Amino acid sequence: MSEQVESRASPKASDAAAQSPVQAEHEAALLDVVGLKTHFFTFGGVVKAVDGVSLSVRRGETLGVVGESGCGKSVTALSIIGLVPDPPGRTVAGRIDFEGRGDLVGAGAEAMREIRGNEISMIFQEPMTSLNPVFRVGMQIAEAIRLHRKVSKKEAMDSAIEMLGLVGIPSPMARARDYPHQLSGGMRQRVMIAMAMACQPKLLLADEPTTALDVTVQAQILDLMNRMKEASGAAIMLITHDMGVIAEMCQRVSVMYAGVVVEHTDVQTLFANPLHPYTVGLLDSIPRGRGRGGVSGQLKTIPGIVPNLLHLPKGCRFQDRCSQVHAACRQSEPPLARSFDEDGAGHLVRCWLHVSPAETPARPQDQS
Amino acid sequence: MSDAVIQAAKDDAAADLFTPTQSVAARFRRNKLSIFGAVIVVMAFAAALLAPWLSPLNPDAVDASSRLAPIGTEGHLLGSDELGRDILSRLIWGARVTLLVSLSATAIALIVGTFLGLISGYFLGWLDSVIMRLIDILMAFPYFLLALAVIAVLGPGLLNGMIAVALVNIPFFTRIVRGVTLSVRESDYVMAARGIGASNTRILVRHVLLNCVSTIIVAGTLNIGWMITAAAALSFLGLGVQPPTSDWGTMLSSGRQFLSAAPHVATLPGLAIFITVLGFNLLGDGLRDALDPRLRE
Repeated sequence: MSEQVESRASPKASDAAAQSPVQAEHEAALLDVVGLKTHFFTFGGVVKAVDGVSLSVRRGETLGVVGESGCGKSVTALSIIGLVPDPPGRTVAGRIDFEGRGDLVGAGAEAMREIRGNEISMIFQEPMTSLNPVFRVGMQIAEAIRLHRKVSKKEAMDSAIEMLGLVGIPSPMARARDYPHQLSGGMRQRVMIAMAMACQPKLLLADEPTTALDVTVQAQILDLMNRMKEASGAAIMLITHDMGVIAEMCQRVSVMYAGVVVEHTDVQTLFANPLHPYTVGLLDSIPRGRGRGGVSGQLKTIPGIVPNLLHLPKGCRFQDRCSQVHAACRQSEPPLARSFDEDGAGHLVRCWLHVSPAETPARPQDQS
Repeated sequence: MSDAVIQAAKDDAAADLFTPTQSVAARFRRNKLSIFGAVIVVMAFAAALLAPWLSPLNPDAVDASSRLAPIGTEGHLLGSDELGRDILSRLIWGARVTLLVSLSATAIALIVGTFLGLISGYFLGWLDSVIMRLIDILMAFPYFLLALAVIAVLGPGLLNGMIAVALVNIPFFTRIVRGVTLSVRESDYVMAARGIGASNTRILVRHVLLNCVSTIIVAGTLNIGWMITAAAALSFLGLGVQPPTSDWGTMLSSGRQFLSAAPHVATLPGLAIFITVLGFNLLGDGLRDALDPRLRE
């Protein structure tokens, strides 16, 4: 096992490893999450839904967080915004630094409420149920504004109507008076985006914003999010399981598996040169049309399922599904570190095929 | 045969195009029994409000010459009781007391019960445990025994009778509202409201309470029927309304002694109670069908 690792080690990689992550990068980051652990205390035991996630979002960029269902993507986002249902969930360790202003993990309920919807907003997966059925949509957007801005009801409603226009809803005046059940799924997601962007947040957490929508509407919503981002300069943390959405939207990507980040790099590198076998599997399972998915043209899948978070295997979390598993994988868990077959400065991976045991764990900061 | 079905489908489709209020009204109108219930309730309220103008005679005027007059006697349309008081007038005035007691008791139980149910279901934890165990204790008492115990402590009377029946009915509202709160607090729109920075109080009042309103309206309407029987039962035992005021319960009680000689004296107030309770229950059922989307086809 060590032979294999050593044979793959290159001088270049060691040099890169010697460089500590650049301090300036930390400061440039809008959101900096370090070693986040959010656990759920259930009768069956402690479910480590998020088990040491580190990631960062820079100003104005879109970070993609990709992974299967149940790998901790949504819980990571909820932890950042302080909305993990407690009980049973609790953030037990880690730092969430927003704008270098200190830790959000220890921030009080009052302080978090000030930030939510104002500086960090969230868009949820289900537009059909995320609007209160008993209020007109205009009023719900106005509510978001009045929670954080000292404006009259009239002014808030005017801004709400303006927002509805901005998110591309035709005749916003009339639609503002509609109830949620009178709007289609795509329209409701536009309303949700209007609500989230109403106070010009610096960071938008988008939890699978297009998953529940028709394919034709998905593209429109993604396009809208890109336009809103450019207009407001907000950064986006985009959670999805759709590699197509990642390619469309993101500059950098963190791949999550079973509560940890397993690979982190910029989007071009990820598609051109994926390192972690899980990422390779994810990319292989994208439908590519006739004749490109192998001899039979059949869609590839990753065998097996995400391990039970109550009983994680010793060593690498992906070992039971990995085609290249070897002895080291069953011994200990690899760190998230720079790969020694480095293709760019910032390619981090959590796999014994690509990092050596001597590697110091790195932060998902790159120098590009 | 299928015309009715098609019409119903059209009504439903039409109902969806309107605002919630309009579609609820449309669904309510389709239910003939609930309309019947609503008519009874409106009539009972009309009798209570317009008693001074509607009642033909002074309900307390004693007329020794026409004691226990049968139904249809001239001057006494529904006969008279053992003191010769006009039964129709007494029924009309009695509606005032009966409805006042049952409505205010329902209001007290509804407000207290809803409040407890909301905070209990929303905050959970020890607060929920404490409130729900108290409610369990309240429910462990036999319904009527508890009311009697309250009367025993506070003394008989209109106000105390009201408090007694209200107290007994608090668990009914608390449990219903807590149940709805438990489901609403987990809904995506409550999560979304937290996501835009709404406080707990705001979420409780604007999002949870308003989504409980239809349930509370239905529970309240059905509860008034119960309250009428409970208040009448207390009066029947002489623990509720005290003379000279009288409600349907006391009329029933005093008429009982003449059941063989003049059955109408006890039967008529009994019928009044029966019909009014039926009216409230039919109205409540109709409202539930109209307001509860889960019962929609």
